[in-house]
Amino acid sequence: MSLLYIKDLRVNYGGIEAIKGISLTVEKGEIVTLIGANGAGKSTTLRAISGLVPLRDGTITYDGQVISGQSPQKIVSEGIGMVPEGRRVFPNLTVLENLRIGAYLRKDDLTPDIDHVYQLFPRLKERSWQPAGTLSGGEQQMLAVGRAMMMRPKLLMMDEPSLGLAPLVIRDIFRIIEKLHEEGITILLVEQNANAALRIADSAYVLETGSITMHGTGEELLSNPKVKEAYLGKSRSST
Amino acid sequence: MFDKILPYLLAGISVGGQYALIAVGYTMVYGILRLINFAHGDIFTAAGFFMVYITASLPMGISIPLVIVLTVALGFVLERVAYKPLRTAPRMSVMISAIGASYLMQNLMWYVTGGLAKQYPVLPWLSDSVQIGSASTKVVSIVTPILTVALVVALVMLIKHTKIGMAMRAVSVDFETSQLMGIRINSVISMTFIIGSALAAVGSMLFFTSYSTVTPTVGAMPGLKAFVAAVFGGIGSIPGAVIGAFIIGIAENLIKAAGYTAFSDAFTFVLLIIVLLFKPTGLFGEAAAEKV
Ligand SMILES: Nc1ncnc2c1ncn2[C@@H]1O[C@H](COP(=O)(O)OP(=O)(O)OP(=O)(O)O)[C@@H](O)[C@H]1O
Ligand SMILES: [Mg+2]
Repeated sequence: MSLLYIKDLRVNYGGIEAIKGISLTVEKGEIVTLIGANGAGKSTTLRAISGLVPLRDGTITYDGQVISGQSPQKIVSEGIGMVPEGRRVFPNLTVLENLRIGAYLRKDDLTPDIDHVYQLFPRLKERSWQPAGTLSGGEQQMLAVGRAMMMRPKLLMMDEPSLGLAPLVIRDIFRIIEKLHEEGITILLVEQNANAALRIADSAYVLETGSITMHGTGEELLSNPKVKEAYLGKSRSST
Repeated sequence: MFDKILPYLLAGISVGGQYALIAVGYTMVYGILRLINFAHGDIFTAAGFFMVYITASLPMGISIPLVIVLTVALGFVLERVAYKPLRTAPRMSVMISAIGASYLMQNLMWYVTGGLAKQYPVLPWLSDSVQIGSASTKVVSIVTPILTVALVVALVMLIKHTKIGMAMRAVSVDFETSQLMGIRINSVISMTFIIGSALAAVGSMLFFTSYSTVTPTVGAMPGLKAFVAAVFGGIGSIPGAVIGAFIIGIAENLIKAAGYTAFSDAFTFVLLIIVLLFKPTGLFGEAAAEKV
């Protein structure tokens, strides 16, 4: 049974149809990536899964339960974490508080988890008491990932974690994603950086103006001529 | 000279404390919802009437906590009925709802009381006289600033060091991401109304012990002054609201001491205009970050 199953999802903003009936599956333990141009509806899909935007139609099933129509709190409590688009760390909270608030629903001891995040991102540890608003973009992205890890998600959704980061930092972020995957977390990754995303993905979907136009394994899409032309065209050839 | 000013100074500090307890409610709600809760002054007035009616049949020891509980319930219901349904509505709609709620409460109070001024009960001990230096004053004017500062310090600690306080700070900057953390934003918003109303209830007890009569519109002036204090201090900032309130309370009374009683109210509003013109973010306000 798949961990996440989306069937015929439709989302409207006012009169505009942003998602026009898509279906996708995320198997337990996989990295699944969703690629597509600006405005294709990638963030909208993740926001619909999180319960932040209402569905027009369709169902979202997670771990055997229908979660569409539930409140975001309920969905989070089921184990779906999100690294939102644009990081969205709480600028007025310290780094440590941002991590603590990521575990808002947990009542047990957070120390091991905080240590774990600090071990993955030593730069955050040095900045524990700094307001998150004063971190650099890359550090904020690390914090957003660390914050999402704090609730021990089973499914972690990441919306363009590499956006606006230097190539070296992007490499770090992708390394972390693979590491989280090795720890057993299932990952749904939205990326503009199609090349890097497809290379680590078990399964991939291409979204174009609200519809899924292609689906396959990461490798299949990497070598697909259409994908190459539309999404990999300008990126340096992979080695 | 000092002997002549001392009573005014004491009165100013005391009034400042009362304004502060109301101002915290304005500033907290603004901090979270970016909304001026116009009905807050009416909650303060309602707390006065609750006391009048409840003490008529119950002893003081029960009345005081009961008034606080009822005022808190009123603030909670106000938010659920007038603001919560408009959570995603344009801000102007919420503001109009706030004005409507304020008039509704005032009119309800006219209806229930028949518009007659009610005598506020004498709270034991608070109404006793004490001698400070050459000035004679009521115990309440000494208790007010101390109680105000204690309550505000407790509140600031709550916001800085507890989980719910952390959630309040998170919700005040980003509703959506707060929801992704599993925070129930409606509970957090209710909490700010509960705290604001509880402080207004305490403020009303201190205020009416000095002013002794309650009418349906009596809360308008202290409410407005507290609002100016919150803007002056930098709306959204709790310490700012408290400092603003003490400055206004003291300044008003010093103006009275100088013999310009007629201008003491005008001063507050001139101050508001000056702040809005030259430093709209107030003393401690953050650079006005528009809420997304
Ligand atoms: N709150 C909103 N109100 C109205 N329209 C919206 C809203 N959010 C998104 N849209 C529209 O929905 C469509 C999909 O947006 P979405 O943010 O999901 O795209 P995306 O694939 O994440 O793009 P990007 O790569 O630029 O982040 C766009 O046309 C966008 O303009
Ligand atoms: Mg997006």
